[in-house]
Amino acid sequence: MIKNIICVSCPMGCPITVELSDSGEVINVTGNTCPRGKAYAITECTAPTRMLTSTVKVNGGRTAMVPVKTSKPIPKGMMFDIMKEINSVEVNSPVAIGQVIIENVLDTGADVIATNED
Amino acid sequence: MLNYDLAVIGGGPAGMAAALEAKENGVEKIIILERAATLGGILEQCIHAGFGLHYFKEELSGPEYAYRFIEKVKATDIDVKVDTMVLTIEEGNKITATNNVDGLIEISAKAIVLAMGCRERPRGAINIAGSRCSGIMTAGTAQKYVNIDGYMPGHKIVILGSGDIGLIMARRMSLEGAKVQMVCELQPYSNGLTRNIVQCLDDMGIPLKLSCTVVATHGKERLEGVTIADVDEKLCPIPGTERFVECDTLLLSIGLIPENELTRMAGIDLDRVTNGAVVDEYRQTSKEGVFACGNVLQVHDLVDYVTIESKLAGKGAAKYIKGESEKGEYIETQGINGVRYIVPQKINSKTDDDVNLYFRVGSVYKGAKIVVTCGDKVILSKKRPRMCPSEMETVTIKKDVIESIPAGEKLTVRVEE
Ligand code: SF4
Repeated sequence: MIKNIICVSCPMGCPITVELSDSGEVINVTGNTCPRGKAYAITECTAPTRMLTSTVKVNGGRTAMVPVKTSKPIPKGMMFDIMKEINSVEVNSPVAIGQVIIENVLDTGADVIATNED
Repeated sequence: MLNYDLAVIGGGPAGMAAALEAKENGVEKIIILERAATLGGILEQCIHAGFGLHYFKEELSGPEYAYRFIEKVKATDIDVKVDTMVLTIEEGNKITATNNVDGLIEISAKAIVLAMGCRERPRGAINIAGSRCSGIMTAGTAQKYVNIDGYMPGHKIVILGSGDIGLIMARRMSLEGAKVQMVCELQPYSNGLTRNIVQCLDDMGIPLKLSCTVVATHGKERLEGVTIADVDEKLCPIPGTERFVECDTLLLSIGLIPENELTRMAGIDLDRVTNGAVVDEYRQTSKEGVFACGNVLQVHDLVDYVTIESKLAGKGAAKYIKGESEKGEYIETQGINGVRYIVPQKINSKTDDDVNLYFRVGSVYKGAKIVVTCGDKVILSKKRPRMCPSEMETVTIKKDVIESIPAGEKLTVRVEE
């Protein structure tokens, strides 16, 4: 299988082509200008991760919502499942910045934490 | 009349960084005047990550980036007035402002920093045909509805313009369950950061239609759809390419305008390309003692650069207040051949530090060179693998080079292919 991706590790945005075996192993990487691109391409094809940010409803706060993020990047394929978890909780004011809102969300090892006070 | 050494107009990242830097440089009485209910500016609603990679060397969300500065401001004796609207700046640095606690406030300041930020270009700026139904708004407005007020402004979305706010909102609305049909971009290239194209559009499976625009909106009470069309090289819609796209919401991400009403009122010279003030290397405007920084001066793509620029303005204001400003001749800077503008537009020949020139190019270049000349002399030539209008470029001019430039000469920056 061939996967085409754009490297976002620097503003160059090199188009990289990754050749994968049927079992998903990387056979060959081309198009990258530097080693950082190769590393990015391999992660993107084998285990892509993303930081997820969203908001959680606050009761009695200054604003209706408090922004949150995952404490570390989570598997890209789990973004929508984690969104469901985030949208099913509410917190009460006061909320402190960095406060854990959901611990170890869906066993990813990442906490959902507040990124502002409210 | 309240008396201050420094009055900062705007309490976003620019205003806070300028005020803090001035404080660190020994300015005593400082006030920040902020229109919104809190400090932080637009960062408060930019809940996505990606801020601070340059300045803090870590990835923060917008509110987290702002919080670091808000905490610092709180730890000083800098006065802050929120919910306060500045009405005028008059001769002799007299500011008139208003809020519903103090009524009318008059402030006299030795120096002023303008840090009012920018606002989005609205629908009226591009004259799309159609009625005034609900469901048409700027991407930033939708961002406030979703992130601060907590409700979705629509479910089936078309986004016009590939500016970063539009891309960020494409992902945000998708994550909250909306169907984002497409992002249309008039230009043949995207106006957002590559990272945002990949992580906001590709990740969510949203198509980006280049050389394509919205020519009409449909619906009376509520938006029901838009007509899109491809455009030619002159950016004119091509007859026969029109097609209908169903949507209940159209988000506009078609550019930002520095908010310079006060600047204009104060009679300060503006740059026709940046729509911000003409400034020197410490961001002093054509009016002595009045400085400008952040998005009110030039629209930035990264807040990190806003902070760096605003610290310069804060330092410049401190020097001015203490009577330590350089008194030399001004050297003008000029962008030609693909370089659309340069900030600062002038440099004091007796400046006390190296000077970074910030600029944007007019189209996409691969493997081109940035060449800085003074008369016939090439001062600097740097190869750039890739340059595009959506990413601000910078070059550093050394202090000794600036000192050696004869009076009346210009510093010219150009792209060489
Ligand atoms: S491959 Fe290297 S040069 Fe190309 S975009 Fe990635 S990091 Fe930049």
